[in-house]
Amino acid sequence: MTIGLGHYLTVAACLFTLGIFGIFLNRKNVIVILMSVELMLLAVNINLVAFANFNGDLVGQVFALFILTVAAAEAAIGLAIIVVYYRNRGSIAVDDINMMKG
Amino acid sequence: MVTAIFFYLFSTLAIASAAFVVLARNPVHAVLFLILTFFNAAGLFVLLNAEFLAMLLVVVYVGAVAVLFLFVVMMLDVDFAELKAGFIKNAPVGALVGGVVLAELVALFAFHGLDVAPGKIAAAAVPSDLTNTEALGQILYTKYVYFFQTAGMVLLVAMIGAIVLTLRHREGVKRQSISEQVARGPATGMEVVKVPSGGYTVPPVARPKTPEAAE
Repeated sequence: MTIGLGHYLTVAACLFTLGIFGIFLNRKNVIVILMSVELMLLAVNINLVAFANFNGDLVGQVFALFILTVAAAEAAIGLAIIVVYYRNRGSIAVDDINMMKG
Repeated sequence: MVTAIFFYLFSTLAIASAAFVVLARNPVHAVLFLILTFFNAAGLFVLLNAEFLAMLLVVVYVGAVAVLFLFVVMMLDVDFAELKAGFIKNAPVGALVGGVVLAELVALFAFHGLDVAPGKIAAAAVPSDLTNTEALGQILYTKYVYFFQTAGMVLLVAMIGAIVLTLRHREGVKRQSISEQVARGPATGMEVVKVPSGGYTVPPVARPKTPEAAE
């Protein structure tokens, strides 16, 4: 029984779908939404590394490295914004974040 | 055969723990399941001959990002049970959208097929005589060095942004101001006060600054 590209893509698709599902399910909790975004980025990384392996091309791994960098930066900035928001408003419910009336 | 066993082990655990991340009632449990997901994804990366990225996933995601999440979840005193309201109400919409995306992805694989052309279109073919880390470094620091520098800039901006956002100067805390200390001279450090004979005077700097005392 050999594990092919399709197996890895299926796992990544399941993780990506779970991330989307999580965003809809926890619509009030910003922290869990950020975690769902991390899951989706992880799924994309699995896709890239799987293609890099089965194509014999190392560039996919380089790209996954940069996605990892951006994900780390995004988590840091997002959590900093959450901390500042909580300090000012005392709540992190998404429904309350409407000061800009956008 | 061993590869297949480990693939199914890692992928099952990854998907199950990802589901628990989404469904967990307690956000601390969600973060811990997120860590488990990252570990299993690192295992999948090892199976895909990407050892360096697997270790990077453990160091960066588990060691930094997930611990950052854990700090924030534990630091904020939020009533998470209240945030769970509407959990059931939103579930059908989420399941619908997620199901549509999954169906699209599966349909893409099923109808289009997976065209893999090993070695034909490789921008940087995997060298057979080097370790993964060595091969990655040899193209990352030569061919993609500008992207590498840009990634460093992204991290620098993120670091400065996080510090600027969360830094807070509390009122009423005495701090050392080095520029004021260095700029101190006779004009600012000393004041000549005229004292009338037989009387007294209070130097202006020694007066209390609170409003009620100033009255």
